[in-house]
Amino acid sequence: MEFAFFIEGGNFSKAGSASSEVKKILKQLNVDSKIIKRTVVSLYEAEVNVVAHAFEGDMIVEIFPDKIAVRIEDKGPGIPDIEKAMEKGFSTATPKVREMGFGAGMGLPNIKKNSDEMNISSKVNVGTKLEIVNYLK
Amino acid sequence: MVKVADLVDKLNASVICGKDDLNQDINFGFASDLMSDVLTLDTDNLLLITGLNNLQTIRTSEMSDISFILFVRDKKVSQEMKDLACENNITLIECGYSMFKACSMLCEMGLEPVY
Repeated sequence: MEFAFFIEGGNFSKAGSASSEVKKILKQLNVDSKIIKRTVVSLYEAEVNVVAHAFEGDMIVEIFPDKIAVRIEDKGPGIPDIEKAMEKGFSTATPKVREMGFGAGMGLPNIKKNSDEMNISSKVNVGTKLEIVNYLK
Repeated sequence: MVKVADLVDKLNASVICGKDDLNQDINFGFASDLMSDVLTLDTDNLLLITGLNNLQTIRTSEMSDISFILFVRDKKVSQEMKDLACENNITLIECGYSMFKACSMLCEMGLEPVY
């Protein structure tokens, strides 16, 4: 099963709507609630990152019998130093993002914590690609 | 453990939506205006105490399976927030007290910290 969602950069009133749809789908499929929470928290962090930093992005969710695999690709400024971005507390968020309750430099570390596999690659001035896998144990 | 109806009464608070859930007991409380920190929790049956009144407060609670939010410092819930909360069965409560006062009262009533 595959689902695709468009993420609009800068639109905070819609931030989270894709993750919310995924949560509804996983609930309908009777996925364990702990796995749903881990997955949607990761997706929501990633979705907020796209809204906060990029122009636009796509979230592609594939559901297999044994795992959920998600790809979030955006067009945006990219991340010059991924290692630095993975550090707790490092953030380049704008004051507007901070007003929304984010921008504490917890996003990527929290995605890592809430996913079984995580891969991130980025090109400056092109965009960022994040892949998350959670197993349905 | 604190009953929702008791905390509403004690804090002179008002329930904005989710009035059917008032007999439920809540074990834990977490106070934060930073949603990034809320998203790191994996505690069930939690009351979020916050002064951040925007849509992302509701979205964060939806993703984190938080069913009760107490807004302090007289922050008012918008219609958009109310609609999203109702859709996700999240109870919203408003109270005029500061976060410190609300937390100290809740702690006295038996609400436990997450850490």
